[in-house]
Amino acid sequence: MSIPLSWFIVFATVLFCISIAGIFVNRKNVIVLLMCIELMLLAVNTNFVAFSRYLGNPGGQVFVFFIMTVAAAESAIGLAIVVLMFRNRRTINVGEIDTLRY
Amino acid sequence: MTHAIFQMVCFILFAVVAVGSALAVVSVKNTVHGVLALVLTFFSTACLWMLAEAEFLALALVVVYVGAVMVLFLFVVMMLDIDLEPMREGYIKYLPIGIGAAVIMLIEMLGIIGIKTFNVQAGPNPAGASNVEWLGQALFTHFLLPFEIAALILTVGLVAAVVLALRVRSFSKHQNPAAQSAVRAPGRVRMVKMAAVTPAAPEPKPAEEPQA
Amino acid sequence: MISQNLLIVLAGAPLVGALIAGLLRNQVGRAGAAGIAIVSVALSFALSCIVFYQLVWGGAPVFNHDVYTWLQVGKLTIGIGFLVDRLTALMLVVVTFVSLMVHIYTIGYMREDPGFQRFFSYIALFTFSMLVLVLANNFLQLFVGWELVGLVSYLLIGFWFEKPSASFAALKAFIVNRVGDFGFILGIACVLYAFHTLDYSAVFAQAPSLAGRTITVVGGHPWSLATLICLLLFVGACGKSAQVPLHVWLPDSMEGPTPISALIHAATMVTAGVFMVARMSPLFEMSQTALSVVLIVGATTAFFMGLVGIVQNDIKRVIAYSTISQLGYMVTALGASAYAAGIFHLMTHAFFKALLFLGSGSVIMAMHHGQDMRYMGGLRKRMPITYLTMWAGSLALCAAPGFSGFFSKDQIIDAVGESQIFGHTYAYWCVLLGVFVTALYTFRMLYMTFHGKPRWRVEHSHGDDHGGHHEQPGVLPHEPKEQSFVVTFPLVMLAIPSIMIGWVTVKPLLFGDWFQGAIKVLPAHDVLAKMAEEFHGTVPMFWHAFVTPAFWIAFAGFAVATYVYQFNPKVADRAARMFLPIFKILTRKFWIDEVYYNLFARGGVRLGRVFWKGGDAGLIEGTVNGSAFVAERSSRVFRRLQTGFLYHYAFAMIVGLILLLGGLWYWGLR
Repeated sequence: MSIPLSWFIVFATVLFCISIAGIFVNRKNVIVLLMCIELMLLAVNTNFVAFSRYLGNPGGQVFVFFIMTVAAAESAIGLAIVVLMFRNRRTINVGEIDTLRY
Repeated sequence: MTHAIFQMVCFILFAVVAVGSALAVVSVKNTVHGVLALVLTFFSTACLWMLAEAEFLALALVVVYVGAVMVLFLFVVMMLDIDLEPMREGYIKYLPIGIGAAVIMLIEMLGIIGIKTFNVQAGPNPAGASNVEWLGQALFTHFLLPFEIAALILTVGLVAAVVLALRVRSFSKHQNPAAQSAVRAPGRVRMVKMAAVTPAAPEPKPAEEPQA
Repeated sequence: MISQNLLIVLAGAPLVGALIAGLLRNQVGRAGAAGIAIVSVALSFALSCIVFYQLVWGGAPVFNHDVYTWLQVGKLTIGIGFLVDRLTALMLVVVTFVSLMVHIYTIGYMREDPGFQRFFSYIALFTFSMLVLVLANNFLQLFVGWELVGLVSYLLIGFWFEKPSASFAALKAFIVNRVGDFGFILGIACVLYAFHTLDYSAVFAQAPSLAGRTITVVGGHPWSLATLICLLLFVGACGKSAQVPLHVWLPDSMEGPTPISALIHAATMVTAGVFMVARMSPLFEMSQTALSVVLIVGATTAFFMGLVGIVQNDIKRVIAYSTISQLGYMVTALGASAYAAGIFHLMTHAFFKALLFLGSGSVIMAMHHGQDMRYMGGLRKRMPITYLTMWAGSLALCAAPGFSGFFSKDQIIDAVGESQIFGHTYAYWCVLLGVFVTALYTFRMLYMTFHGKPRWRVEHSHGDDHGGHHEQPGVLPHEPKEQSFVVTFPLVMLAIPSIMIGWVTVKPLLFGDWFQGAIKVLPAHDVLAKMAEEFHGTVPMFWHAFVTPAFWIAFAGFAVATYVYQFNPKVADRAARMFLPIFKILTRKFWIDEVYYNLFARGGVRLGRVFWKGGDAGLIEGTVNGSAFVAERSSRVFRRLQTGFLYHYAFAMIVGLILLLGGLWYWGLR
């Protein structure tokens, strides 16, 4: 394999920053927020995969495995909450959810 | 040499597709389109992982994310009748801020990482022929306990999602097997004491009946 | 050989009794509490007798072992242990015997009191505390016992805590004792500084090394270490044994029930100071100055506090001042290095003073808790047993030849006469004239209580109203009569040693090496050895008494008291008018109380008010409330940050991340 490690890192960084920007602009749509989080995790996972390959250590890939597990559980629960929220309040607009206000 | 160039070309190709579709995820108006763009991102990233010779994880990413999680997203988006307009408000207003923050962060991260230091080539693939075997060796020896905990987490996530989203409808008809099997005679038969109002004894049958 | 387990049972039995009688008082009931306490103390008494027998006749060696390691600090190890030599054994028997008698007596005295079980719990606890004190084999355990008896004394003086005067007296006793205890613990600290150990045997073995050692406390003035240690320890003894100027608590402690006055404030606890000084004799022998101070303080107490006793009208206060005076005699003997004489007087005094107190308690019961002698009189016929035993106790107190007090007190006077240390002349005259004073107040009390015409009357209309007697002194609902068996039995039991014990103990206790090293006296100070040359046996000593000045002075006191209070009571009033200034000084008790109230108590209150207003209310509360105010006000502003909007929190996180990365980039990777 002849792709330098830095390519992967740059790619992951770009992906991460795109999702940061996504959180800023889509601040009211909770589903897009969840998707942005998935994107972030993807960037992190890409780093893990690349480092694992370049260091020859399986630990990184095992980590990715676990992150994917937890992320799947997380998005399942997150979406369940979204469904529940929509059922109770007829909206998923984050701007209208301010029960934790002072 | 041509092999290496081919790999680099592939990397650039998939990376551009992934970044482009990621941009689409955060920018498209319709959430369904966003989810589909995210699927494309995952798919291209899986290809990049293939290039990094992490075949198992690449396939897992496709199967788990594209096959399960994204479908879930798609379901939710399509199931809920969401008015998208109020959620887009402030999009233009916050766009420069978002881009600014992202760019600053990008510069900072790249500056910290110091790309030059990582401009290294990988050695021979430590996994040898089978990435699955390599990963499985690690997963089922050193990481056995975390692996089982991960299984537990998934189960809890499953149960939690069900419990959260479950709606007990009052009008739906269903059986309760536990109550059914726990029932006992007093719960089923009610003994009622009644006044001994005996109806007049029926006329005795003709005597020839017993003989019949 | 004395068994360690026996000693543990000996000391622990009263504690068990106290705990059961106190904590399970509702379960065991009145009879149960009394029974358990009495049985536990009787057990202690029996074991004490066994220990005494083994040590004196059984040839058992001195027991000195740690039972338990209490604490270890660096090289210093402090244990809970027992030191049982003949001095300890004597104290054990005296303490447990008097305690047992008082326990029995209490059944009668406290019969109608609602705090019956609590009282038994306290006195059993007291017995335990006193045993801890007596059995100690190191200074810290001694201090524990010392504080425990102080605590129980406080609890018992304030036993009727609903009476303001009682709780005041309890506080006063506690606070005055604190002054003494402060000196005492400083003394213990000095011992630790000087010897690096608190174990008795180790300290006493090194005591001669104190000679010439000095310590600089105030810059530039080296003090003799031995003197400093002894004086500080003696301050503790002053507090506990009610020596001038820390005697003020003892008369007030008479607010407690009479059995307590007999047990704690006459027979045992107050003698702890005397016992302690005798125990520390190897240290005190090292300091001529300390011995002089002890002598002078003791002699002053013996004479002047006796004088105050003459003008008291409360029967218990007369005996209280008598107690202070007799403690003064003991301390004087210690100062003259006649430790054995001091301990001897401690023993005889324990018997006859407990007897006098219990007798006065019997009288007080008969008078329906009236204590004023001006409303007594003529009780001789009505309370014959109390009368006779009180006479026995009084004769012992006045050192009438043949009675136990005679042997001990005459020896003290002789010992002071033989002593050569600084202040011995003053001390000699004090103790000699003290004999006159003793006789005077003792017989005054006897005559006013038992002789003459009754100054009380019986009014049946007050019938069953027990609260009525407080309003009109001297008006009784019933005829006074002799008390029940549980009251008279201890009186008789205490009268026997009060009369007889001197005959058998004076020779071995004073003029042999009876204490076998428990008490150390330098040959130069050994007045008892000088007296031994003139001692030709107990019976000649008895006959010799009639030619000593002490006897005739006592007789003069008796004669004056008889004339004034028996035959011509008007003389007393005339004398009081004639010597009005002196009379006033005595009734005001030399104004010592007033000085203390105005100087220390008021000053303390004033100082406390300054700290309260300025320090507590101003500084501390200002700081506390101020910081709370600042937190409240600032949080009013800062809570605006909690908008409740998810994206605000997300922005904050991202901004924080950006700043963190920037910082890391700028500073982190140089």
